[in-house]
Amino acid sequence: MANTAVGTGVIGTLATKFRTCPATGLQVDLAAQRLIKANAVAAVVFLAIGGLFGLMVALTRWPAVHLLSSDMFYLVLTAHGLDVLLLWIIFFEMAVLYFASAVILSSRIAAPRWGWVAFALMVVGGVMTNVAVLQGDSSVMFTSYPPLQAQPHFYLGLILFAVGALIGCFIFLGTLVIAKEEKTYEGSIPLVTFGALTACIIAVFTIASGAIILIPTFLWSVGYISNIDTLTYKLVWWAMGHSSQQINVSAHVAIWYLIAAVTVGAKPLSEKVSRTAFLMYILFLQLASAHHLLVEPGLSSEWKIVNTSYMMYLAVMGSMIHGMTVPGSIEAAQRKNGFTRGVFEWLRKAPWSNPAFSGMFLSLVMFGFLGGISGVVLGTEQLNIMMHNTLYVPGHFHGTVVAGTTLAFMAVTYLVVPLIFQREIIWPKLAKWQPYLFGLGVAGISLFMMGAGTLGVSRRHWDNAFTDALLPYNYPDVASLMMGLNGLSAIMAATGGALYVVIVVGSILFGKKVDATNAVSALGPMPKKVVQEAVSKYGSAGTWHLPGTYVLVAIFFGSFVLYYFVNWKYLSELWPMQ
Amino acid sequence: MVENAGTEQSAAPAERIPFMQRLLDNPFLLLFLGVVIPTVIYILWGVMEIAQIPLMK
Repeated sequence: MANTAVGTGVIGTLATKFRTCPATGLQVDLAAQRLIKANAVAAVVFLAIGGLFGLMVALTRWPAVHLLSSDMFYLVLTAHGLDVLLLWIIFFEMAVLYFASAVILSSRIAAPRWGWVAFALMVVGGVMTNVAVLQGDSSVMFTSYPPLQAQPHFYLGLILFAVGALIGCFIFLGTLVIAKEEKTYEGSIPLVTFGALTACIIAVFTIASGAIILIPTFLWSVGYISNIDTLTYKLVWWAMGHSSQQINVSAHVAIWYLIAAVTVGAKPLSEKVSRTAFLMYILFLQLASAHHLLVEPGLSSEWKIVNTSYMMYLAVMGSMIHGMTVPGSIEAAQRKNGFTRGVFEWLRKAPWSNPAFSGMFLSLVMFGFLGGISGVVLGTEQLNIMMHNTLYVPGHFHGTVVAGTTLAFMAVTYLVVPLIFQREIIWPKLAKWQPYLFGLGVAGISLFMMGAGTLGVSRRHWDNAFTDALLPYNYPDVASLMMGLNGLSAIMAATGGALYVVIVVGSILFGKKVDATNAVSALGPMPKKVVQEAVSKYGSAGTWHLPGTYVLVAIFFGSFVLYYFVNWKYLSELWPMQ
Repeated sequence: MVENAGTEQSAAPAERIPFMQRLLDNPFLLLFLGVVIPTVIYILWGVMEIAQIPLMK
């Protein structure tokens, strides 16, 4: 316990209460630790609520079950989008920002009291918006397009939540300034912190866009403004709605690097290349918001193509760089750890029983194959017309936000609980299977929704059979099969999600205290010095001998090219050239 | 002044930090770029196009 003792020490120039982490040797500011805990707990609470709503949505769209009435379906779908796309994700990202700044840089956190103000605003805002939705008069979907109008406290809650998150971003930036001034690190910030900086920058743009559009919409809802132009609303709203998911991408890529560093001691293949990939995100990723507006007649093809094709492809290149460098850094580390036989011994003998590692790797693979490839297809103006507003769209973003981000956040929780909450994970055998259960379920959700979308099944629709429609229409029978398989996958994912919540809450409440004697069993066998070097110091792996990674990248590129051109083939059949 | 000049001349020339390194190490410059670029290319350009749509008569 000696080296976990809390003391008042000096980080930089100011006296701060801190402890020394037994696993990494990092100095942990206790004020930052408390903020990380609070935000992580709030995140898990909203994941549990939003996940339950998601299961109800899937069971309603399963024709054989058709669980909810139409009113309840749209209410629950609105709540599901808000709770998991905004509240779960951004609360967790606040925890990531505080961790990546104060903890990784061994710095005191800037303005911790403002951190609590931010947290309080986010909680009040999140609860207020949920109450508005559950009261039944604000079933306007996550997008809340005018002329659909919600209750004023729906918009006010979102605004309060956004202001809180913005304060959190500035606390992160302030902590970077403090760490530099007080020389808690040398040279450049570590790559994980740079990834978090990327997320923070995108968050500032996202939240500012949200404020620009939600404040007038709030005033419209209370009667001070007579009209909100729908297309302008859509344009600015998506600068928030889609960019908020780009915060996720940056944050979860940073988490991939973090988990790879802690679990196998991986260092980036090239700091310069990985940072340049993050720079691509900073400059271009937000522009992908335009793919939601590709069928709007009021916007020119020039605007659409510049934003989604020319610029978005630069951000996609950033993702593809990370998609190579993360497994590449793992391969380099594993070969250094002695797994040098053949092309794939490093992968076969990776720590697959550690849920942090398995969750991270599944997130990496599924984000690329499911969310990434489908995102490029949706971002192509000509191809988008085949899938726009079909279930293909939620299929795509369940591949990015759930299989990619949520699974990565779940994976890193298995490190955060011992590192920050200082508790061992209870039920380690169940925890070992949790990422596989959740990951497989989400892969099914993503694939079957994309399959149904390809058959034309519309998104956000209560009744697949169109029983009330004046003009009868039937989807192909296989669409019902897809929706049934989607429902089964949702049950599997919900089971995995519930398991995650139970394990995490149980570990925090009842887990054995982690100290120097059991840090290895709690986190993995990597030596403290290796982990500290990999996580918190600038430096590259120094090798490009990565035969296994090159094979994996070749498989990815083959799949990407094949799928992309198959969709052009579909398009040619939709509008045959005579 | 003369002493200072002599001191500067005797010191080893500082290693020039590459432009990209300076860019990547400056979070507030990155923040500026990350906000301005999408604001101009996505929001302002888009709003200008919407503003040019003729009103129904």
